[in-house]
Amino acid sequence: MIASVGNGFILEGVRQLGSVAIFFVRLLGECVPALRRPRLIVHQIYNSGARSLIIIMLSGLFVGMVLGLQGYELLQRFGSVEALGTAAALGLLKELAPVVTALLFAGRAGTALTSEIGLMRATDQLTAMEIMAVDPLRYVAAPRFLGGVLAMPLLAAIFSVIGLYGAQLIGVELMGVDKGVFWSQMQGSVGLRNVTEGVVKSVVFGIACSLIAVHEGYHAAPTAEGVALATTRTVVASSVITLLLDYMLTAAFL
Amino acid sequence: MVVDVRDVYYAVSGRPIFTGLDVQVRRGRITAIMGPSGTGKTTLLKLITAQIAADRGEVRVRGQDLAALSRSEIYALRKRLGMLFQNGALLTDMDVFENVAFPVREHTDLPEALIRKLVLTKLQAVGLRGAAELMPGELSGGMARRVALARAVVLDPEMLIYDEPFVGLDPISLGVIMRLIKHMNEALGITSIVVSHDVRELATIAHDSYLLSGGRVAAAGAPEQLRASDSPAVRQFMTGSEDGPVAFHYPAPDYATQLFAADES
Repeated sequence: MIASVGNGFILEGVRQLGSVAIFFVRLLGECVPALRRPRLIVHQIYNSGARSLIIIMLSGLFVGMVLGLQGYELLQRFGSVEALGTAAALGLLKELAPVVTALLFAGRAGTALTSEIGLMRATDQLTAMEIMAVDPLRYVAAPRFLGGVLAMPLLAAIFSVIGLYGAQLIGVELMGVDKGVFWSQMQGSVGLRNVTEGVVKSVVFGIACSLIAVHEGYHAAPTAEGVALATTRTVVASSVITLLLDYMLTAAFL
Repeated sequence: MVVDVRDVYYAVSGRPIFTGLDVQVRRGRITAIMGPSGTGKTTLLKLITAQIAADRGEVRVRGQDLAALSRSEIYALRKRLGMLFQNGALLTDMDVFENVAFPVREHTDLPEALIRKLVLTKLQAVGLRGAAELMPGELSGGMARRVALARAVVLDPEMLIYDEPFVGLDPISLGVIMRLIKHMNEALGITSIVVSHDVRELATIAHDSYLLSGGRVAAAGAPEQLRASDSPAVRQFMTGSEDGPVAFHYPAPDYATQLFAADES
């Protein structure tokens, strides 16, 4: 019985993965025509990006402050507090900014995308578009997907900048690390490769989180329960996939 | 013949919805599709608009077999028809004007001034020109349906499909919608399919009618012919009687046995 349950679980997983892969290919096909409607994409960047700014900036500040505090405490043991700038910058650029931004994006913008599209399905808006010979994949899904993909690296960059400010606030202003050392060490140790790693991660996470959010909304059962379940699945799947991809990308960049 | 449904079989999760359905819709006429809830009236509309495909049989619209059409051909066909959804299905992020303008913007390159005139003309026809700037959330059910009707006819379709257009309407809105359906048909010559179970309302506007029951057409003809039918199933539906071949109660175990069993447990 356990074997059959296990097989069922695996089968369902493979089925789900196949469904997302087919949807992704169809979505990519519709992204090029969707680019002809830049107004829709800009609107979605505003929805997914600008509306997430407050939560991203606040989280970035607090994460940076914690990093400054923990980093200072750790580096002090080895007498190398001057490396605090480097540690904070590398931690933020390579890991924390892309990952935490993706997790927050999934919770804020991802759920909004899923529930919006799911409700459009439940209230026949997507069907009405199909009857009006307008492909909802092109008109609804593709602009939201592109908006999410473009917003994520921008949000991660803002997270990094605010995070560095937070680390500096604690390390320099509160703990007394020399300001010149803090920034010059960072400038000397952080290379383009480190920035690239963060950007690549945030783009990949943007694709994954936006794809999951749009897919779940598009395929949500047209009921209140169906939309609620799809929204939950968006957060859970996006978080797990982000962390899995983070490990794979980190390994790839080593 | 605009729509020709022949010997169609369709099942959902093994449960048969249609078992040899035949429906024909003639050009320029109002055809009513009636039947108790759950007889597949909306499913029939989905078949006609190619949202779903029949398991067996043939569905032809304007002479084209839907099963043989590609996606782009189906979209081309859909541009010639309009559909009014039960809840209006207005796009909630656009105001009334933009909702009606949506199909025009998507399918034509008309200049903005012309789109404005076209949209205002259609809104005037449904009496909602003054509501052009309202959002769908600010409309009543009847108003939303009238806006949806304006949107459905904005590209002057050959055929209009109405899915339960009278449900939940107050008498004034209901009268307005009925007059609009009749007007669209008489003034513009639009072939209309009206799915509903409001027998009295349909009888006053429909030229032809079909009564669906048990996955097939139980009766067909002019509404007055259906009213005069001797068939027990037709009589039960037309008179709204609880007793007849169509069971009011969903299949269940014996009432008394179940009640006492609940007491014992």
